Amino acid sequence: MATEALTPTSYITGHLTFFAEPIGKGGFWVLHVDTFVTSVLLGVLGIGFLWWFARGATSGVPTRRQALVELAFNFIDDQAKEIFHGERNTLIAPLALTVFVWVLLMNAMDDLPLDIMALVTHAVAHHWRLVPTADVNTTFALSLSVWGLMIFYSVKVKGLGGWIHELFCAPFGSNPLLWPANLLLNIVEYVSKPLSHSLRLFGNMYAGEIIFMLLGMWAATGIAGAFFGTILNLGWAIFHILIIVLQAYIFMMLTVVYLAMAHETH
Amino acid sequence: MNINLTLLMQAVAFGLFVWFTAKFVWPPLLRAIERRQKEVAEGLAAAEQGRNELAEAGRRSEAELADARAKAQEIIAKAEKRATQIIDEARHAARTEGDRLIAGAKAEMDQQATNAKEQLREQVASLAVAGAEKILRREIDSKAHADLLSQLKQEL
Repeated sequence: MATEALTPTSYITGHLTFFAEPIGKGGFWVLHVDTFVTSVLLGVLGIGFLWWFARGATSGVPTRRQALVELAFNFIDDQAKEIFHGERNTLIAPLALTVFVWVLLMNAMDDLPLDIMALVTHAVAHHWRLVPTADVNTTFALSLSVWGLMIFYSVKVKGLGGWIHELFCAPFGSNPLLWPANLLLNIVEYVSKPLSHSLRLFGNMYAGEIIFMLLGMWAATGIAGAFFGTILNLGWAIFHILIIVLQAYIFMMLTVVYLAMAHETH
Repeated sequence: MNINLTLLMQAVAFGLFVWFTAKFVWPPLLRAIERRQKEVAEGLAAAEQGRNELAEAGRRSEAELADARAKAQEIIAKAEKRATQIIDEARHAARTEGDRLIAGAKAEMDQQATNAKEQLREQVASLAVAGAEKILRREIDSKAHADLLSQLKQEL
């Protein structure tokens, strides 16, 4: 970026270009190093933080840091229990906690001032996108993992026959004439779930990034632009805190809801 | 929007994080929280039980107190009755003793009076006999009239 003339297009594309490292031949065998490294660092940080506190957890009067983790724990445990009608699934609640903490931290990267962070990341690589959830690969990785678990639990709870039976006989009824309609609807549902799940998060984070960039561009146009751009940037950053938490919450809730739906027999 | 290897890598990372959380983070938290819930529940139950026991003990002590009071009352009543009885008995005994003493004294007095009378009679008799002897010394042989004299003595 330093060598080229800085135009609005080059500014935005510069910020939207991944640190892509080809691993093999073909368009698929490319790794977004920035997304992967950032998300793993954040995951290790967040989950490690939880682990550190969980190790020292006592049943006595909780320390302040334990209380913080327990707050998150109870929040998610309550949601999961409510949706699962009081049962405790040994995987789904920890999964929801992981999703919430990880997605929250990844989203939170969106509120870091991107041009200042770029100064830091330039030391490592020319292009470094800081928000892993603004990479569609990350959101699809999460939603498809959940999708896989959804099918796994559907088959586990209802049996393979039961699951196939449900594909043909729900929601309209078991009349053979209705089988095509049922199957079609179920396919649409199974396709739309991971799509909406991942694209909702991706869209919100991507749009957030773009707006920060546009405001940053405006700030570069002159004194008035710098003034209003800064104020609007501040406003958007504050509003974005809500979006960050809300989207992490929605992603976590949908994960729990989808997995709970997989457990229900029609 | 280019799907590539990143997706798989992210899925793997996600899987590892979930595994780690489910294995090392969730269980100790769950244990700690459930244990605390249990402890709090037990504490509340113990407090409730303690309150009940306190009320029960209060009731019991009240009953015991009432019982003791009644017993004390009874003992006092009995003691009063006994005191009255002892006084009565003492009075009675004193009266009896007094009567007995009076009777004894009276008997002695009677006895003495009788004795005195007897002595007096004897003395009168002997005086009479002596007088009679003196009168009759000259004319009557005392031996011959001894019968008459003793008869006279008897009559006196």
